[in-house]
Amino acid sequence: MAKVVSQKIVGMNGDEAVAFAAKQAKVDVVAAYPITPQTIMVERFSDYVADGEVDTQFVCVESEHSALSACVGSSLAGSRVFTATSSQGLALMHEVLYLASGLRTPIVMAVANRALSAPINIHNDHSDMMGSRDCGWIQIYAENAQEAYDWTLQAFRIAEDHNVSLPVTVNLDGFTISHAMEGVAILEDGEVSKLVGKRQPKYRLDPDNPMTFGALTLPDYYSEFKRQQVDAMDKTPPVIAAVADEFKKVSGRQYSDVSCFNVEDAEAVVICMGSIAGTARTVATRLRQQGKRVGVLKIWQYRPFPTRTIAELLSKVKCTGVIDRAVSFGAPYGALCSDIASTKVQTQIQTRILNVVCGLGGRDVKPTDIEQVFEKALRCADGTPVDTSVSYLGVRQ
Amino acid sequence: MVALKELPTRELFGPGHRMCTGCGPAATARITMKALEKPAIIVNATGCLEVASTIYPDTAWKVPWVHTLFENTAAVASGIEASLQAQGRADAVDVIAFGGDGGTFDIGIQALSGALERKHDFTYICYDNEAYMNTGIQRSGATPYGAATTTTPAGSKIPGKLNPKKDLIGICAAHGIEYAATASVAFWNDYISKVRRATAVKGPAVLHVLAPCPLGWRFDTSETIKLAKLAVQTRYFPLYEVENGKYKLSMKVPKPVPLEEFLKPQGRFRHLFAPEFARNLEELKKQVESNWNRIAQLCGEPIVQTQPASG
Repeated sequence: MAKVVSQKIVGMNGDEAVAFAAKQAKVDVVAAYPITPQTIMVERFSDYVADGEVDTQFVCVESEHSALSACVGSSLAGSRVFTATSSQGLALMHEVLYLASGLRTPIVMAVANRALSAPINIHNDHSDMMGSRDCGWIQIYAENAQEAYDWTLQAFRIAEDHNVSLPVTVNLDGFTISHAMEGVAILEDGEVSKLVGKRQPKYRLDPDNPMTFGALTLPDYYSEFKRQQVDAMDKTPPVIAAVADEFKKVSGRQYSDVSCFNVEDAEAVVICMGSIAGTARTVATRLRQQGKRVGVLKIWQYRPFPTRTIAELLSKVKCTGVIDRAVSFGAPYGALCSDIASTKVQTQIQTRILNVVCGLGGRDVKPTDIEQVFEKALRCADGTPVDTSVSYLGVRQ
Repeated sequence: MVALKELPTRELFGPGHRMCTGCGPAATARITMKALEKPAIIVNATGCLEVASTIYPDTAWKVPWVHTLFENTAAVASGIEASLQAQGRADAVDVIAFGGDGGTFDIGIQALSGALERKHDFTYICYDNEAYMNTGIQRSGATPYGAATTTTPAGSKIPGKLNPKKDLIGICAAHGIEYAATASVAFWNDYISKVRRATAVKGPAVLHVLAPCPLGWRFDTSETIKLAKLAVQTRYFPLYEVENGKYKLSMKVPKPVPLEEFLKPQGRFRHLFAPEFARNLEELKKQVESNWNRIAQLCGEPIVQTQPASG
């Protein structure tokens, strides 16, 4: 059994950590376009190229649409591929996202999550990725630079696994993670090489074995193609779990579909994704000290959604407060809360659900805000009648 | 020049595809595949050639082929070329991108411009049938002045399209690429030489091929090659090359056939022969003449007013 290796702690922001992971994974092709707050990723990667530290073909394209299109081309030709984007860039890629998953191209893309226009805003929320929620990509949310680094490394293995063969986004909150300097424990290059290996494409554009990719598929076959994509998504969780196990053996850091904090005996749980989880744990710790039975459930693996895991964890939780970082206009709940509500219906768990939308366009979510969510969830858990409509925390009327 | 017997008999773009009888783009694809000398990867934009050649589970292509989207063909080709560079196989494989005029002149021009600027080693072939034929004959930036399409119909007030055709080769050549050329499906020998020249270039090359569409232009399916020929012989579609910025006529047309002989067999120009639109017919002729003179001048040819009077 592999031993946990010693790791250097390096000061890096989230973008740098992701770029460094892509470098260590020895990506063959990067095609990218700059957009705040993802820019540092492409800048750092350009440094690696300029200094000859990588053999990567770096294609500096003229738009995000072309960035992802070029990635699809490279991936189909058999290469290990990386790109990164944010906000409007992800929105511009929208049709290419569906193409990448439909053509089953392994691609790893970091998304420095940022609000969508209008009004224009460069700061963090999850509107960008939520707008492309159903694009058929595996979607991972990181809480800090360390997680962004760790997940980026693992993402190559997951995407390129022949049972999966799907693209992966590693989401990191814009500025909050992308630009915040942290100590990141990094693996030696050699350890990373052992861990992520080289891509071994099963199918590719190859003159020695010609194949047609992207054929016109009419009503007689289209549904079967989509069903195969569903199956591929269904086959993903065990692959993620296996990669996470291997990663833990080397790094000592354990990843899974979700991360729990005092959920086991909690009456009220807050569910969230990304950097906000740290604030939620701090608040939960303080409330525990006051004897309040609260916990935090952080979702790493948003797609495929860990329905069974979450149902099991919430089976005894009386009330669940779900924090959405994006608005789902005209819908009963935000996107994440809709998934929790669907989980409840499908698995017949009894937890009551409250939905909070907050932290839009980079608005700070303070411990007092999270405390309000816990307090309301605790009242609800007690059986006190509470308003169950979506609340928009800290928004001026 | 290539002798007919030198061409491979093998068909890499196989019979059994579902393009129309008399389809210019299908003929373009077929000759292209015969012209190629190295193994190739084909990237195909959304359009007639794509939808009619790969209806799942069938495919007409005996080479690696991919269709992705409408406007990103040059970008996908960029990615494939970058991958081949990473694999050290870029010199061994030709990357060929096919796009129609809509996918090239209009929606795909940004991706094409980016790929040309980045100097990817690939050949972009625009098969131009002068409108969005796949969606039902709507006007594109390649539709000529006066042509009726379903979005520029020949109305009682407005006689078809009122804007001229874009100068695609001028736009591409302005990127400082080594090779760009126009070609015609009717002059296969000239076309094959150009495909071979384009693929031999290290870096991007663009071919703009006039490929008549019997359905969209409204002419008899037996007349495709004849019309493609007339387009050149009337100076409607000059054949030329731009090599490192230097223009060169591929076919001189000292005695042009009257433009009407090209226009008359086509339903899309029929309205121009009504007396009330005589002015518009004159305008089209003027545009054809001035385009020819512009190209001739760029090619260093003497400009002689030889366009005969209509008749």
